[in-house]
Amino acid sequence: MSGIPHDHYEPKSGSEMWLHRRLPIVGLVYDTLMIPTPKNLNWMWIWGVVLFFTLVLQIVTGIVLAMHYVPHADMAFASIEHIMRNVNGGDFIRYLHMNGASLFFVAVYLHIFRGMYYGSYKTPRELTWIIGILIYLAMMATAFMGYVLPWGQMSFWGATVITGLFGAIPFIGSDLLTWLQGGPAVDSPTLTRFFSLHYLLPFVILGLSIVHVWAFHTTGNNNPTGVEVRRTSRDEADRDTLPFWPYFVIKDLFALGVVLVVFFAIVGFMPNYFGHPDNYIPADPLATPAHIVPEWYFLPFYAILRAFDAEVWAVALTDWLTLGIVDAKFFGVLAMFGSILVMALLPWLDTSNVRSGRYRPMFKVAFWLLVIDFFVLMWAGAMPAEGIYTTVALIGSTYWFAYFLVILPVLGVIEKPLPQPDTIEEDFNAHYGDGAASGKAATSPAE
Amino acid sequence: MFKKLTITALTALTLGAGGALAAGGSGHVTDYKFSFEGPFGRYDQAQLQRGLQVYTELCSACHGLELVAFRTLADPGGPSLSPDAMREYAATFEVFDAELEDWRPAGPTDHFPESMDPNAPDLSLMAKARAGFHGPNGTGLNQLFKGMGGAEYIASYLTGFTDDVKEEAGSFFYYNHVFPTNWVQMAPVLYGDDVTYADGTEATMQQEAKDVAAFLMWAAEPGMMARKQAGFVSVMFLTVLTVLLYLTNKRLWAPYKPKKQV
Repeated sequence: MSGIPHDHYEPKSGSEMWLHRRLPIVGLVYDTLMIPTPKNLNWMWIWGVVLFFTLVLQIVTGIVLAMHYVPHADMAFASIEHIMRNVNGGDFIRYLHMNGASLFFVAVYLHIFRGMYYGSYKTPRELTWIIGILIYLAMMATAFMGYVLPWGQMSFWGATVITGLFGAIPFIGSDLLTWLQGGPAVDSPTLTRFFSLHYLLPFVILGLSIVHVWAFHTTGNNNPTGVEVRRTSRDEADRDTLPFWPYFVIKDLFALGVVLVVFFAIVGFMPNYFGHPDNYIPADPLATPAHIVPEWYFLPFYAILRAFDAEVWAVALTDWLTLGIVDAKFFGVLAMFGSILVMALLPWLDTSNVRSGRYRPMFKVAFWLLVIDFFVLMWAGAMPAEGIYTTVALIGSTYWFAYFLVILPVLGVIEKPLPQPDTIEEDFNAHYGDGAASGKAATSPAE
Repeated sequence: MFKKLTITALTALTLGAGGALAAGGSGHVTDYKFSFEGPFGRYDQAQLQRGLQVYTELCSACHGLELVAFRTLADPGGPSLSPDAMREYAATFEVFDAELEDWRPAGPTDHFPESMDPNAPDLSLMAKARAGFHGPNGTGLNQLFKGMGGAEYIASYLTGFTDDVKEEAGSFFYYNHVFPTNWVQMAPVLYGDDVTYADGTEATMQQEAKDVAAFLMWAAEPGMMARKQAGFVSVMFLTVLTVLLYLTNKRLWAPYKPKKQV
C-alpha cells in the first residue's frame, strides 16, 4: 500500500502459505497495521482512533438498547424508562450511548479542524476528505434520528422542526415532507422509520470509514509539516516514518485512555448535563416547548439556518429575483446545507500550494477566527432567534462562508508562506535532537 | 497550539450545553444541600421515607407517579421499606385489573397510579425534567459546579409561593417566584406541620419540601448510586490503564527521542 517502501507480509509455514494463496487476509491485516506513518504526527492525530472506538461503542450499546426499545409513539417513552429502571445495567448502557454521541461529535470536530489546519484535504487526499464529509453527514443524520427515539418533548419538536426544513423546498416540499414523516405530521410512522434508519446508518458509517482509511493508506498520512514522506528509497522512507504498530497504536491508545477517563466521569457523575431536561417530558403534540433547541453539536448549523430571515437584504433580493421561489425559509435551508457543502469543496477552494497551516501566517489568523466563529455560532444557536442573537448569527454565518469562498481562494494568491522543512526527519529532529535519527544513531543532515 | 483549541473547545462546549439547557426559568432557585450531590453522594434512606410520606399524604391527591413500581420501594438504596411494609403500602392503592375487569388492591409489581387531576403532571421524572434551568445567565454553570438540579428546583418551587392569587377566566392562579411564568394553577400545599413524621423530624415547610424533592429525585433516578459507583470504578481502572499506556508509550519511543531540546 501507500507507495511508501516498507515490509510486506511473507507467509512462512505451510498453512500460512495455504491460506495466503486462497485468501490473503493475514497480509491485509499485516500491511494495514504496519503502514509506515510519519513519525512527527502530533497529538491531534489521535482522533481517528478515538472515533473508531466511539463508533464501535455506539454500535455495541445501541444493539443492546434495541433489544429493549419499542418504536411506537405510545410505548417508546415508557420503554426507555423500562431500560433505565428494569434492565440490568440498562441506565449505564443508555447513558454511555447518549453521551457517546457527544463524544463522537467532540472527536469529529477536532478531527475535522485538524484536517483543515494542516491542509489534509489537499491533493492527493481529496477523496479521503470528501468521504470524511460524507461520514460526518451520515453521523448527523444518525444522531438526529437517534435523538427522536426517546420520544420526549425535544425529540418530537426537534423532529417536527428538522423534517419541516424539507417542506421549505419549492414545488416538491410538502409532498416530500409527508413522505419523510410517513403522514401529515410526526407520529408513529416517523418513529418507526427513524428507528430503522438509526440502526442502518451506523453500518453505512462503518463501511465509509473503511473506505476513508483505505484512501489515506493509499496516499499515506498527512503530517504537521505537510511535507510528503520520501519514497525514493527504503532507507529515506524509514528515516521519515515508523510503522503504525506498535508506535502509533500505543500512542493512540494512551490518548484514548485520557479521553475515556473524562468520558466515564461524565457518564458516571453527570450523564444528563449535555441533554435537554425537556426530553424527560413525554412527547405532547399539543404543547410546544417555549424554546426548541437541537443537541449542542448541531447548534452552529442551526444558527446558520435561522440567521437568514426575510429582513436580510441578500434574502430579500433572492426572494425578489427568484419570484418568491427561494423565500427566507428555503434560503435558510440552502445556507445550512451550503455551509457543509463548502467544507466538502475545500480541496478546490484553497488555492495555496503550501499544505500545512504552520507555514501560512495569514491563513493561521483566518483559521483561528473560523474556530472562534464556530463557537460563537454554537452559542447563538442556543439562544432564542431574536434581537442581538440573530445579528450575531448573521455575522457568524457570513464569516463562515467568507472563509471558504473568499478568504481561502484569495490567500493562496497574496500570502507569502514561511520556509518549510525539506523532510519530515528534519522536522522531527528539530524537536527531539539529532541523536533521534531513526534510533540507530545514524547521521542525519543536521545543521 | 492545538492544546488551546482543545481547551477552548471544552470551555465553549460546556457553555454551549448550558445555553441549550437555559430554556425557560426566570425565578431564583435556592441551592439546597442534598446528600446525593457530588460524585460520592448517596440517598438518605430516612429522608426518602419522609419524602414518600409527604408524597403519599399531600402530592398524590393530584399527581401520579406512574413509572415507579411499588416493589422498588423495598430496593436497597431507595426508601428501603421492608418487604412487608412495601406490600402493606401498595395495598393502600387500588388498580384496575383488566383480567378481573374490576378494581383490586395494588401489589408489589403494580405501578403507582397516574395523576388523579388531568392537569397535574406526573411526577415520576420531574426531578430530571426540571434540571438545568439555572444560571448564572442561563449558562447552567451552577449545575456543573454546585450540583444544582431538579431537586433544588422542586424544593424551591414548593417553598416559593407568596399569598398572591389572581382569577382569570374562571381559574385561580397562584404567584410563585420560582415558576417560569410566575403564575401557576397549583395552589400552595406546604405550610409546615402538614405531616407528622414518624421519625420525629420537625416538619417545617422547608424540611417537607426538601424531603419530597429528594424522594422525587430517587423516583426519577433510582439507579443513581449504582451509576456513580460504576462511574468511579471505571474512572479508577481507566486511570491505571492510561498510566500504564503512558509508560509503555514513553519507553517505546525513547530510542527515537533521546533528548528533548527546548
